[in-house]
Amino acid sequence: MQVPAPVEYERARSVEDALALLERRGPEARLLAGGHSLLPMMKLRLARPQVLIDVNELSDLAYIRVEGGDLRIGAMARHRDLLESPVAWEHFPIMREAETVIADPLVRNRGTVGGSLCQADPNEDLSAVFAALKAQAVIRSTSESRVVSMDQFHQGPYTTAVGPAEMLVELRVPIRPGSGSAYEKVERRVGDWPVGAAGAFLRLDAGRVAEAGIGLAAVGAEHFRVPAAEESLVGEEPVEEAFTEAGRLAAEGCHPVTDQRGPADYKRHLAYELTRRALRRAAARARGEGDQPCR
Amino acid sequence: MQVTMTVNGEQVTRDVEPRLLLVHFLRDDLGLTGTHWGCDTSNCGVCAVWMDGEPVKSCTVLAAMASGHEIRTVEGLEREGQLDPVQEGFIQEHGLQCGFCTPGMMMTARYLLDRNPHPTDEEIREAISGQICRCTGYENIVRAVRWAARHAAAGQAREEVSAP
Ligand SMILES: Cc1cc2nc3c(=O)[nH]c(=O)nc-3n(C[C@H](O)[C@H](O)[C@H](O)COP(=O)(O)OP(=O)(O)OC[C@H]3O[C@@H](n4cnc5c(N)ncnc54)[C@H](O)[C@@H]3O)c2cc1C
Ligand code: FES
Ligand code: FES
Repeated sequence: MQVPAPVEYERARSVEDALALLERRGPEARLLAGGHSLLPMMKLRLARPQVLIDVNELSDLAYIRVEGGDLRIGAMARHRDLLESPVAWEHFPIMREAETVIADPLVRNRGTVGGSLCQADPNEDLSAVFAALKAQAVIRSTSESRVVSMDQFHQGPYTTAVGPAEMLVELRVPIRPGSGSAYEKVERRVGDWPVGAAGAFLRLDAGRVAEAGIGLAAVGAEHFRVPAAEESLVGEEPVEEAFTEAGRLAAEGCHPVTDQRGPADYKRHLAYELTRRALRRAAARARGEGDQPCR
Repeated sequence: MQVTMTVNGEQVTRDVEPRLLLVHFLRDDLGLTGTHWGCDTSNCGVCAVWMDGEPVKSCTVLAAMASGHEIRTVEGLEREGQLDPVQEGFIQEHGLQCGFCTPGMMMTARYLLDRNPHPTDEEIREAISGQICRCTGYENIVRAVRWAARHAAAGQAREEVSAP
């Protein structure tokens, strides 16, 4: 039987309360959001916080709404909220496509968007999604609120820009007309972490690519991105040759490792092939070609 | 610390360690052993219960987190001595062999049918996709849920079964 080691429990009533508790209880305190990464890690003693600060009461951070030209997602929005959000689907179909293949319905009822990003597991699907979309993260402490890019946010495996007395409160994704996005994931079985996954975002202008984002999960891409692959697309027509070249560069620029989910060369092949597939579908959406939810 | 929550409509208060998992609270402190506990890794779903009306894996929720909330377990499925159609469906369609996964399966099935009274087979399979069954190959579980969908209201189940 695996149970967490002894720990203290505090329940935050507001963001201010959570931040004050973090500050007061020091670096051995950890925020407890959905708990679906933290509690399993505590059972395995991979994490041993002294104090848990439960932020599940902060339902005012569970929003998904359009504001100031952005899609804004509160850190406490659950996977399921994002999966079922009509505004997220309207502007960024990549979000629902990723959510349908993240974990299972029970985990999605609890796991949060903020917790997923702060966990910063190299296999995290949402990290790839927000990297592809070039989102911004709003981080708060008791004294300040700062906005960072996804590249700044993701500092390495399990490491983010969020300091010990800080909290991720919001993700902002600029809404860009003429754009399309899509997510492709290969998993060993339903609900598992990816063997490899790729998300794509394209904005077209006068028939050419004006902006490109490619997010890769589980294949060892630094900051979940391969900038060379994105840059190769800009100014090009959104055609097969361009997608193939971007896929080739994505495969070249990632560093997958062999593990129980598959050998490195297979994962590299997935980076190539899934990048092409995601780009193809993102381009079709950017051109306004009708499509269906993926499941 | 003290936790107070509503379990199957009844308010309970207990002193617990903050690290206590909800599944162990239900089984060991309340004696509600209908909720099973299997994998320790949040993967198998045998521990599924409802929290505030939604199915969750109770091995990945602390009892402390559930304090102030409403829990429903498999023991709360029957109403006034009447089995829920989902329970009846598992009997009628042989939806179980060893029965280890069954409480969790029934909790997600009831949840699905409350939101979507006429699910497709694909929707049923999606609803139970966070739960593992080592025995049935899932086929009869899907049939059991379909049976329950056909015999919607609780109470209706027994009558139809016992009718000639
Ligand atoms: C069986 C299973 C399958 C899964 N499959 C997938 C999958 O296929 N793809 C995938 O991407 N993920 C998967 N996950 C992970 C799932 O998405 C988790 O829910 C997620 O990683 C963590 O979110 P959480 O809200 O549960 O975070 P928690 O576990 O509560 O927290 C995770 C970490 O983030 C910190 N934290 C949480 N919120 C904040 C905040 N607002 N600000 C600062 N720090 C914060 C916590 O202190 C902790 O260190 C799976 C999980 C399980 C259990
Ligand atoms: S015991 Fe909870 S998921 Fe396996
Ligand atoms: S009936 Fe045995 S595990 Fe499902």
